[in-house]
Amino acid sequence: MGKQHYQITVNGEARDVLAEPRELLIHTLREQLSITGPHIGCETSHCGACTVDIDGRSVKSCTVFIAQAAGREITTVEGLGTPDAMHPLQEAFREHHGLQCGYCTPGMITRAYRLLQENPSPTEEEVRFGIAGNLCRCTGYQNIVKAILAAAAEMNAAKEAAE
Amino acid sequence: MIPARFDYHRPGDIAAALAILGEHGDEARVIAGGHSLIPMMKLRMTDLAHLVDLQDIAELRDIAVEGGTVRLGAMVTQHDLIASAELAQAAPLVREAALQIADPQVRYCGTVGGNVANGDPGNDMPGLMQCLGATFHLVGPGGERTVAARDYYEAAYMTAREDDEILTAITFAVPSGGYAYEKQKRKIGDYATAACAALVTMEGGRCTQASIAMTNLSDVPVWSEAAVQALVGTGCEADAIGAAVEAARADIDPTEDNRGPVDFKRHVAGVMIRRAIERAVSRA
Repeated sequence: MGKQHYQITVNGEARDVLAEPRELLIHTLREQLSITGPHIGCETSHCGACTVDIDGRSVKSCTVFIAQAAGREITTVEGLGTPDAMHPLQEAFREHHGLQCGYCTPGMITRAYRLLQENPSPTEEEVRFGIAGNLCRCTGYQNIVKAILAAAAEMNAAKEAAE
Repeated sequence: MIPARFDYHRPGDIAAALAILGEHGDEARVIAGGHSLIPMMKLRMTDLAHLVDLQDIAELRDIAVEGGTVRLGAMVTQHDLIASAELAQAAPLVREAALQIADPQVRYCGTVGGNVANGDPGNDMPGLMQCLGATFHLVGPGGERTVAARDYYEAAYMTAREDDEILTAITFAVPSGGYAYEKQKRKIGDYATAACAALVTMEGGRCTQASIAMTNLSDVPVWSEAAVQALVGTGCEADAIGAAVEAARADIDPTEDNRGPVDFKRHVAGVMIRRAIERAVSRA
């Protein structure tokens, strides 16, 4: 099967891509759409650097064919916030030094985003269990966990203030 | 890591999926969550010309608990198993095992059907389903047939499923008594060095029913009838549990790999079996 047209929605925008069905979603995002937040780390579905959100699920985009993703809504770290209007998670990672080299960070934040959607007030243990599919070789995780807990508190406070 | 070319199909129902399998024979494979198959395709260890994606077949996604029977559609994900309050009530053993599989991202994709169907000795659900005495439902050109989980596995990646059949559902009776799934793994995302599922029913201080099955300790999952016999009729005292552990260990046949030599695996197996039985008894 040669190249096909596939429709996906990425960060709220409908996109049409021409690709062979075997193309992995991470390559579509990075090479065709220049969405380079999701990183290629291990390429073996272990490290989580390529994590994106697909229809409300955290997914390692190195282990999804573009053909499987067709018709789905995809959110990457670019869809969560911008440098001028950062998502509370992005702000908290900066504030709490939740990164050093930054390679795992987009995957960490995208995964943490879904974790907090499902469990807005996690315990530290639940955060650690919830990000177990994302590897960081710099921080020892301590500040990542702190940042996610701080972001959860911030998001809950903002929600309460709005009510 | 680019897989070889294939033609992609996304049928909307089981009849359409079977028609594609019928047309292409062993050139075609069904894909559920893909988190076993895609890594194999990327390594070019699996050769296929047609990929049949089951994601649009809604009827494969149901979890149902009715009349004392649990029915899991093949496309139910590990995440769905963990999130189902109904299942946690009816068969908490399944949730306990699912929480120990892979990592959160993989659990959103990985399915119970894929986990039991492909015959990978490292998968946790085959041993679990043998412990539960589950039945696998296979649909092929001639209609549906059922195979007991305890009869399904022939060798590593060799199962009772024919190339033109699709495993569509798993059923089992709501289990009673205490339960436990104990798993030793080197790290998150690894397969078990050794794992054990246990169900124990106690009445009046005596064990009336038990089931013990083990993961990744042979080229197929191992359900140990001898371990069951060592427990039933006893009060599950320390010596009875010790006898059951030894009986279960006598049924395994681990091989050396990067998780350790045979002696180490037999040792870890003993620890996991003991913990599983003791915890199941404590909950019975």
